[in-house]
Amino acid sequence: MPLYHDDDQAMLADTARQFMADEGSIKNQLRHWRDRECKDGFGHGLWGQFGEMGFAGMLVDEADGGLGMGHVEAGIVLEEIGRNLTPSPFLTSSVLAATAFKDASAELRGRWLPGLVSGEKVYAVALDEGAKHRPERITTRAERSGNGFRLTGEKTFVLHGASADMIVVAARTAGADDDAEGITLFAVPRDASGMSHDAVRLVDSSMATHTKFDGVELDGDAVIGEVDGGRELLGRMLDAGRCGAAAESVGVSRGAMDMTVDYLKQRKQFGRLIGEFQALQHRAAHLYSEVEIARAAVIKAQQLLDGGSENASLMASVAKAKAGKAAGLAVREGVQMHGGIGMTDEYDIGLYMKRDRALAEFLGDQYYHANRVAELSGY
Amino acid sequence: MADSTADLETFRQETRAWLDANCPPEMREPVRDEEDVFWGGRNARFKSDAQRQWFEASVAKGYTVPSWPKEYGGAGLSPAEAKVLREEMARIGARPPLSSFGIWMLGPALLHFGTEEQKRHYLNQIARGEIRWCQGYSEPGSGSDLVSLQTYGEDAGDHWVVNGQKIWTSYADQADWIFCLVRTDKTNKYQGITFMLFDMASEGVSTKPILLISGNSPFCETFFDNVKVPKDQFVGEVNRGWDVAKYLLGHEREMISGAGGGDRTAAIGAALTRAAGKHGDTLDPVLRAELAQFDVDALAYACMGEKFLDEAKVGKAHPAQPNMMKYAGTELNKRRHELFMAAGGSRALEWDSEATGGGKTARGWLRTKANSIEGGTSEVMLNVIAKRILDLPGA
Ligand SMILES: Cc1cc2nc3c(=O)[nH]c(=O)nc-3n(C[C@H](O)[C@H](O)[C@H](O)COP(=O)(O)OP(=O)(O)OC[C@H]3O[C@@H](n4cnc5c(N)ncnc54)[C@H](O)[C@@H]3O)c2cc1C
Repeated sequence: MPLYHDDDQAMLADTARQFMADEGSIKNQLRHWRDRECKDGFGHGLWGQFGEMGFAGMLVDEADGGLGMGHVEAGIVLEEIGRNLTPSPFLTSSVLAATAFKDASAELRGRWLPGLVSGEKVYAVALDEGAKHRPERITTRAERSGNGFRLTGEKTFVLHGASADMIVVAARTAGADDDAEGITLFAVPRDASGMSHDAVRLVDSSMATHTKFDGVELDGDAVIGEVDGGRELLGRMLDAGRCGAAAESVGVSRGAMDMTVDYLKQRKQFGRLIGEFQALQHRAAHLYSEVEIARAAVIKAQQLLDGGSENASLMASVAKAKAGKAAGLAVREGVQMHGGIGMTDEYDIGLYMKRDRALAEFLGDQYYHANRVAELSGY
Repeated sequence: MADSTADLETFRQETRAWLDANCPPEMREPVRDEEDVFWGGRNARFKSDAQRQWFEASVAKGYTVPSWPKEYGGAGLSPAEAKVLREEMARIGARPPLSSFGIWMLGPALLHFGTEEQKRHYLNQIARGEIRWCQGYSEPGSGSDLVSLQTYGEDAGDHWVVNGQKIWTSYADQADWIFCLVRTDKTNKYQGITFMLFDMASEGVSTKPILLISGNSPFCETFFDNVKVPKDQFVGEVNRGWDVAKYLLGHEREMISGAGGGDRTAAIGAALTRAAGKHGDTLDPVLRAELAQFDVDALAYACMGEKFLDEAKVGKAHPAQPNMMKYAGTELNKRRHELFMAAGGSRALEWDSEATGGGKTARGWLRTKANSIEGGTSEVMLNVIAKRILDLPGA
């Protein structure tokens, strides 16, 4: 398979680009909701439009009412989301939760997927238990109780936790905290009693929660996939989510880079356009090359994931790490090359810096993933 | 042409079988030194029977230049087929059967600018490894600012009389012919250069090897003293050689970038850690972290190489993209060799010991410093990206 978008994918990219630049623009969405101190951090109206466009359920199988598309397609949408800093629950609902639901029972799929496909329902995933991504260690416990389970523990930085209609929770049903096995995934509905959220607004104006599970009673049919055997499914979710976050990072990079290169062609100092200074030209050219490489790695990872390749997991980490490095460079150079105006809230470049910072942490930063590349490579 | 998925799968199976039958095990070992590379040419000598066998089988099949048309010595493979062949060769670690400036540089330029007669004549020679070419671009006063070159060809009726000096001419002392930039109009900077082809055995051509910091001497000063070049030995148009020169540089940069994969894009952390362990050495955690960061960059760059080649084959790549590839690929390769040295420790310093294959690590490390100079420096690549891709002003 060639490493570029085929005709159908290029058409999807056009559609997504137009839609996001228009409906999902910084002015219409990010600034709009931020300036109103929105408690969700995104607009449900736009999320409904994601449903109408088919985006919300793009990874859901056709048999379940979705489009049955792959990660390359989801990445196309995410790149435009990144470019426009469009706040939405797409990554947690349409990528992470949708991937988890590939293994869910017919009953669970029937209960939760229609609302996802239509863009009416919002889903979150509760994986991390600290400030750094460490999915290898899961201490939140689900003990057998009657026909079901009793969930106890605390999850941190659950993106969209407070607005979620359902949260996919990774909990330990067997073994010790650091064991790989003994993990089970649960679909926990918003009204589950004993679940409480402590909401936090993050630097990029997105909303997360620290969520406590205080003996939450769950039916046996809340289990997604196999009891005790959830590590593999969790791994697939993480690979999908990391590829998705990496695609969004590439969008952030390209958005910030385009803005910056435009600025170099407008701003005059010393009687010249600042883009004439070689010191800035070289930095912009270096940035371009890093962003191109990151984008290639991300598309490759998506293709491998879609093809079920055994290399997909390694490449997902390569993609997340490389996209993180490139986006970090793009936003730092972006602010610097804008000079004082880059520090103002009125100007958008700073918003890219904030979004990049949050995306960089999500599902593991470049250090986590470089280390994972080393481990998977055998050193 | 076989481009449907099923046809390509058939082609893959055939290719695998052909490689199995024709690529000897010795030719699947990594290249260890210069002698492992077969460059062809009048004075070519095979290092081993295996090398000869692999070369001859490849020539017969058109696989020294697989995507060139059959009538010029290639196999006429489609982009998708050529990619399959590349992948299958990489899978078994097959060495290129023939390496040459003819394949990487002159060939593509002739395919684009050459007359039918030139293509049949020169391309077949290149494909069969009969003539070894060298590149006469740089001069003592004209490196990055190549277009300022001074070597002059005076019109003498049916031939030019060429006088001047080239420098850094790689393998000039071993080459049979040269493709050479010669000024034929002193009043016109860009439209006063002719892209000439001539025999290095011509009277008046002499070379003087230059010793490099690696201790090797792969390139020369090249002198032209009243060299007669027949008037039909040029590519493109007289005085329009700069167009050919630039087109060729695109291919040269693509080649130096290592976009085609192989050793140049592989991850290195695991192998270096194992190698250190074999000697009872351990790598510091901070060095391990550097290796991990490098591997991320290398594996990502390998994807870029694949993407670039896929796009270039169907005309989707930006025409200036080889400059980006060259910049990124060569900077990465320099970093790779810094890490070889760091992980190798003092053992990597040995200059001529048998254990290090004659100082292979140290010499290789020094050699890579040229990667970001040869074929256009990194700074010049960044200039080109800024100007042609980012469209920045006044660049
Ligand atoms: C191993 C090797 C093999 C080679 N093989 C060949 C060959 O076969 N045939 C051939 O013709 N040539 C060959 N070359 C020559 C090569 O193309 C030149 O060395 C190269 O183009 C740089 O020219 P220069 O050495 O004159 O450096 P200079 O142009 O003098 O550059 C010196 C420094 O100034 C910087 N610089 C120059 N101009 C600018 C600018 N506008 N903006 C910013 N920085 C700038 C450069 O980047 C460099 O860092 C080879 C070189 C090497 C090292």
